[in-house]
Amino acid sequence: MITKSRLQIPRPTARPGEEPDFSYLDLSPAGSVDKPPLDARTRDIQHLSSGLIRVLDDDHTAKGPWDPGFDKAQLQVGLRWMLMNRVFDERMWQIQRQGRISFYMQALGEEAISIAQGMALRSGDMCFPSYRNQGLFMYRGMKLVDMMCQCLSNTRDMCLGRQLPIMYHSKSGNMFSISGNLGTQYPHAVGWAMASAIKGEDHIAASWVGDGTTSEADFHHALTFAAVYQAPAILNIVNNQWAISTFQGTAAGQRRAFAARGLGLGIPGLRVDGNDFLAVYSATLWAADRARRGAGPTLIELVTYRGGAHSTSDDPSKYRPKDEWKSFPLGDPIERLKQHMIAEGHWSDAKHDSLIDELRTEVTAAWKEAQKHGTMTEGPWLDPATMFDDVYAETPKHLESQRRRMLEVEGGK
Amino acid sequence: MARMNMIEAIRSAHDIVMDKDPTVVALGEDVGYFGGVFRCTDGLQRKYGEHRVIDAPISEGGIIGAAIGMGVNGLRPVAEIQFADYIYPGFDQIVSELAKIRYRSGGEFFSPVTIRTPCGGGIHGGQTHSQSPEGIFTHVSGIKVVMPSNPYDAKGLLISAIESDDPVIFFEPKRIYNGPFDGDPEKPAISWNSHPKGEVPEGYYTVPLGQADIARSGDELTIVTYGTLVHVAIAAAKETGVDCEVIDVRTLAPLDIATLAESVKKTGRCLIAHEATRFGGYGAELAATIQKECFYHLEAPISRVAGWDTPYPHAFEWQYFPGLKRMSAGIRRVMETE
Repeated sequence: MITKSRLQIPRPTARPGEEPDFSYLDLSPAGSVDKPPLDARTRDIQHLSSGLIRVLDDDHTAKGPWDPGFDKAQLQVGLRWMLMNRVFDERMWQIQRQGRISFYMQALGEEAISIAQGMALRSGDMCFPSYRNQGLFMYRGMKLVDMMCQCLSNTRDMCLGRQLPIMYHSKSGNMFSISGNLGTQYPHAVGWAMASAIKGEDHIAASWVGDGTTSEADFHHALTFAAVYQAPAILNIVNNQWAISTFQGTAAGQRRAFAARGLGLGIPGLRVDGNDFLAVYSATLWAADRARRGAGPTLIELVTYRGGAHSTSDDPSKYRPKDEWKSFPLGDPIERLKQHMIAEGHWSDAKHDSLIDELRTEVTAAWKEAQKHGTMTEGPWLDPATMFDDVYAETPKHLESQRRRMLEVEGGK
Repeated sequence: MARMNMIEAIRSAHDIVMDKDPTVVALGEDVGYFGGVFRCTDGLQRKYGEHRVIDAPISEGGIIGAAIGMGVNGLRPVAEIQFADYIYPGFDQIVSELAKIRYRSGGEFFSPVTIRTPCGGGIHGGQTHSQSPEGIFTHVSGIKVVMPSNPYDAKGLLISAIESDDPVIFFEPKRIYNGPFDGDPEKPAISWNSHPKGEVPEGYYTVPLGQADIARSGDELTIVTYGTLVHVAIAAAKETGVDCEVIDVRTLAPLDIATLAESVKKTGRCLIAHEATRFGGYGAELAATIQKECFYHLEAPISRVAGWDTPYPHAFEWQYFPGLKRMSAGIRRVMETE
């Protein structure tokens, strides 16, 4: 019995040198969580925020009401893009380590989220991504060479040299510009969705934050607005267990599942196996269909594990057990989909290896092409005079004057 | 033409643009059914419906964040923050997002949000209803900052702000919503009825952003100011008998340097006045700019009249507010007669 007040400092179950321990994760057997009708009331489906929606079982079969019943071609599309995400990340990580780009963030272990959710959304839906949604950019049509050129801040950089690597955007792909400030995109998604409803359109908005970002005010602002106006939005929490060195318990993830964060506002929450490609797809499609027919927002927690470092700037062996990912009970999303496809007779190890080779060749070719548009050490170079453009719709006089001054003192390109 | 106070002029600006452009929406706390705590949106929800005049939760960060998303989706949101003192929960959304979306996306995305917010003191509002935070926002690249000093400008500038593809923070000096104020709290309040700038066209017109106005012509001293203090400066010119040229900056950013410089080159003397605190304030930027543009024309040091560098005190409103006495003293200081 507690007899006096005290702080309860959240601690992860394991730090470096200790045995990984995921006993805190509540798991449900594949196929055991029901799939409610789209018009279900939040109060009747609260259990979906504490259970875990899973389709892919340990024996590699697909089970239960959330199985989307994908055919071979759909499965291959999903696997291909997940692998592309991983192969691309692997290469860009090496490139950063060689000092050829300044910074990088990989999505290792979280690839199912971007790809399956990308497949569940329509092209007219607007995405407000976080910095680990590169797979979503790829799936929605951004060329690898354009992503690389952004990371190089070269002459083909869509951001014109103004953003840190990986802060992509695509107007035509309906992918909003990534911000380095966490969670700011969440209320944007809700506002965008409100505008869609105001205009009488059936496009929806989706946004992503991590478990750590659920502590930001913008997270709560967004949920409030989404709930109040029943905005057609899907708000995703990618619970990858770690916010740099801070484990998800410091965002109060140990007290109650993140999926339940919306319940107090009447927003249904789905807690989903984020490494289960089929479950992620189905849950997202359910939420999208709900939003599109005016039934309001859904909060989806995608339970996954950040397989690599937060970014190229941190060393995870300093704050978590080295092989923790190997003990993660939900495994590796690519391996799980691959084994399912093999079990279904759609795939083989040989095909898998040859696909990886093919994707690596594609990435290598893109990197060759990207460098032609400039690298950190070789031209062609962006014109520094352009740094004064796009601050405003039209460049005001004081910026024109500073542009002239910069060119006089610093010289042009 | 009609007689309007600033509230009616602001309401009329909303009405005109909402009628003209179906993408314009207004949102904020109490703006819908009730029509705003200062009545600036009164009647608009009845006319344009609940989807275009939206009562928002008490969440300034949410109001601005959602408005940004609406702007990205093709609407032109006008977000009201009930008092400028309450704008800070939305600060990150303004500085990190609204101001930078166009730039960081290489010009591909933008969000034409106008944020309206009543500011300034002289209304016994204490420190949470009297602040003048404009200098915090003029420091941010990518947003425009506007503060009108009369009904005519308020309507014309607000229409320009809403129609601008750039984000605009539109500060409304609430002390002069109902009538000009010359900075002497002992005098009875007056209305806009007899003021020439209280005459406002009922239809569409604009006052362009980025242009200062000469509120009073004069030859001996230039007072650069904006908002409520425009009226204080004009009264102080009369009281001191100094032939002051009073420049109403109107758009604080981007600044109309040419109008300021031309006036100071003519008069050779410059007093800068704002209600906001002095240290690190917008007046320092004005002083540095004028010094650079007009150095060889200056006959006296540039001087400032501002709020003291304390929080805004409730009990000492008239010792804090830079009213007629301080403005007149400032004029005499620059004229070297004191």
